[in-house]
Amino acid sequence: MKYLHLIWAALFRRKTRTIFTLVSVLAAFLLFGMLDSVRHVFSDAGNSVAGVDRLVTMSKISFTVSLPESLQSRIEAVSGVKQVATANWFGGVYQDPKNFFPNEAISKNFFDIYSEFVLPAAQREAFDNTRTGAVVGQALADKFHWKIGDKIPLEATIFPQKDGSNTWTFDLVGIYHSKDPEQKNQENVLFFNWKYFDEARQFGNGRIGWYIEQLSDPKQADQVANAIDALSANSDHETKTETENAFNRSFVSQFADVGLIVSAIMSAVFFTLILLTGNTMAQAVRERIPELAVLKTIGFSNRSVLGLVLVESILLIVLGGLIGIAIAAAIIPILSGKAGGLLPTRVPLETWIVGLLLMLGIGVVIGWLPAMRGMRLKIVDALAGR
Amino acid sequence: MKFLVNLVVCIGVVLGVVALTVLPWIALLALALVLALWMAFTRRGQQTWSVTKVGIATIPQRFGSASVVVIGIAGVVGVLVALLAMGAGFKATLQQTGTDDTVVVMRAGANAESNSVLMHDTVVQIEQTTGVLKNAQGQPIASAELVVIASLAKKSSGLDANATFRGVGPGVWDLRPNVKIIAGRKFKPGLRELDVGKGAFDQFSNLSLGSTLTLNNQTWTVVGQFDSGDAYNSELWGDADIVASTYRRGDSVTDVTVKLTSADAFDVFKAALVANPQLKVDAKTTHAYFSAQSEGLDKLIRIIGTTIAAIMAIGAIFGALNTMYAAIAVRAREIATLRAIGFRGLPVVVSVMLETMLLALLGGVLGAAIAWLLFDNYTVSTLGQNFSQVVFAFKVTPELALSGLKWALAIGLIGGLFPALRAARIPVTTALREL
Repeated sequence: MKYLHLIWAALFRRKTRTIFTLVSVLAAFLLFGMLDSVRHVFSDAGNSVAGVDRLVTMSKISFTVSLPESLQSRIEAVSGVKQVATANWFGGVYQDPKNFFPNEAISKNFFDIYSEFVLPAAQREAFDNTRTGAVVGQALADKFHWKIGDKIPLEATIFPQKDGSNTWTFDLVGIYHSKDPEQKNQENVLFFNWKYFDEARQFGNGRIGWYIEQLSDPKQADQVANAIDALSANSDHETKTETENAFNRSFVSQFADVGLIVSAIMSAVFFTLILLTGNTMAQAVRERIPELAVLKTIGFSNRSVLGLVLVESILLIVLGGLIGIAIAAAIIPILSGKAGGLLPTRVPLETWIVGLLLMLGIGVVIGWLPAMRGMRLKIVDALAGR
Repeated sequence: MKFLVNLVVCIGVVLGVVALTVLPWIALLALALVLALWMAFTRRGQQTWSVTKVGIATIPQRFGSASVVVIGIAGVVGVLVALLAMGAGFKATLQQTGTDDTVVVMRAGANAESNSVLMHDTVVQIEQTTGVLKNAQGQPIASAELVVIASLAKKSSGLDANATFRGVGPGVWDLRPNVKIIAGRKFKPGLRELDVGKGAFDQFSNLSLGSTLTLNNQTWTVVGQFDSGDAYNSELWGDADIVASTYRRGDSVTDVTVKLTSADAFDVFKAALVANPQLKVDAKTTHAYFSAQSEGLDKLIRIIGTTIAAIMAIGAIFGALNTMYAAIAVRAREIATLRAIGFRGLPVVVSVMLETMLLALLGGVLGAAIAWLLFDNYTVSTLGQNFSQVVFAFKVTPELALSGLKWALAIGLIGGLFPALRAARIPVTTALREL
């Protein structure tokens, strides 16, 4: 610690060069902070804590094929199942297809199972008692400036009403929010009553999109899933039951292998960064050979010279890197607000940790050769400028 | 005064970068030619050329720092071109799908085939509408299709993903003559047989000839593989009636695709559909239908790719600045000597900039070449409009490579200008005294 002043002075010996290098490091870690946070959103999709006690049952053929309503009572009878809710994909469009958000017709007990969605009791009651009632997430309500009492017309893309009309108008009776503020991206769904949906739609009546089972004990997930699938084995509506997390994981992986894309970009970035900062460090040490020789002359050991140079290079990277990730942390909430909850809301702790490890690693890699050179130099040669 | 000069320089940089991005390639080439002529035939130009030659000749001596510029810019261009190639590949696949003389008719309001439902009598009416081309037997060339989704395991991850399963009518082979069977044979109507697209075969496991898949307890056999060169390659095709029975869709289909007598007949055909009070349908040419699907993702990739490249470019610009400041520092005495014996500032500025732009260009070419080598025709798939996988290949087009080179030159311009000005401005006496 007592040498920090010395290292600091060495680092800013050539101010312009150090600041330019810092900006390069900063840019690299700004990118890392942003991309790694996005990657986390995708990998977290299958690791939600809230969803551990939930199974989803869908048609084995594909999740767009509906299931008979009669399955509900049979699933409820399976041991280990606490309660069963249902949902149907509606696919309605608000004003313009670009305004995409999910909208689903749900059973009455849906919010009992999804306890991470907080809906005030009075609004919950209103939702249960209003045939055409709808509930939206806070983020969605903010985006379209909806308030309770508004009428929200959705254009059906799949389900016309019995009279052939495509316009479904819902009364907004409640606004839910996520218990965990980090999960704000869950606040972009519109829910409405399945009963109204089923009575009013032209076809598909009495069919359920998917069942959601709450487990008495999350450890029994596999057994219960097998028991549920056994109910419809060899029928014309075979099901596939899996944990909600497993379903989310495979669904998200259908978009793209985000992890692979992020790692590919980041390896290109860090490769160039190592080269660039490595060059700067080599140059910095080369210029300072006589000074290092003086340090040795006044009694610094080989080891401490090695340490001084190494710490200097680590300091360079850590300084730039931390500022970079900090900027990412400042930008992400702003972007996230604009993107309607699809982006990460912050830089997760893991990104900070991995980022810090990367900084230390890169610092050592780029500092190693110059440091060795500083350690090995012979005082006489160095002072003579040979 | 100094402030004014700096202001002018900054405006100049902005103008230069804007010019680089806006000007067509030909104009830039012409500019380069003018520069070359200037250097060949004017006195000032010849001076510039000789200073540049010295600069370039010393590059091998500072190989390490010069390669920082090259590799730094190669990184930016490589990432940019690879990302844009992904968007371009997706767009190309969807835009070359469909034609202007085939029309997809869906239920009004449906935004994707899988969302639409048409009843049997509707289908018959659509096929009999004016404008539809008839074959030699007087049958309309049309295919009533049932687009559904089958959940299949992906080869890459082993996880289930959605494949488009298209039940097609007997007229489909006349309707889409670009679809060629490349292995096996066409499915036989009335049997549970499948033809799989080349892309689907590449992405999903268990789709080779002779393999079977079980859907709702019914066994389907893969009997052929087809290649259409477009988005249909991601699909599985079977007989619409049999698909309907497997998926319990009765006699409904999702949409009808018809061939028109010519592309010009579209307006007549559409007007006839609208005029028919029994029909509540929307008609789009298949070309328009598929093209529209590429817009969202292509735009998204463009935004993401440009943002990432812009952040990387900032890093590369400062790397280049460092390198070039170091380069002119080494050459400070030499440059001062030149100026002392009568060389003016301009040749010095231009030569330093030329050197940087040359390194930048090298980096740009390297980056684009790496992106091309690694990613051209690299096949991936993503979730498309029907909630199912669209298989496409990255396309590193010449346009993308050129736009990558423009980025490289812009980075070189900024990274070279300030060191160049420093070289020209530093007082001769100071520079000569420096060791």
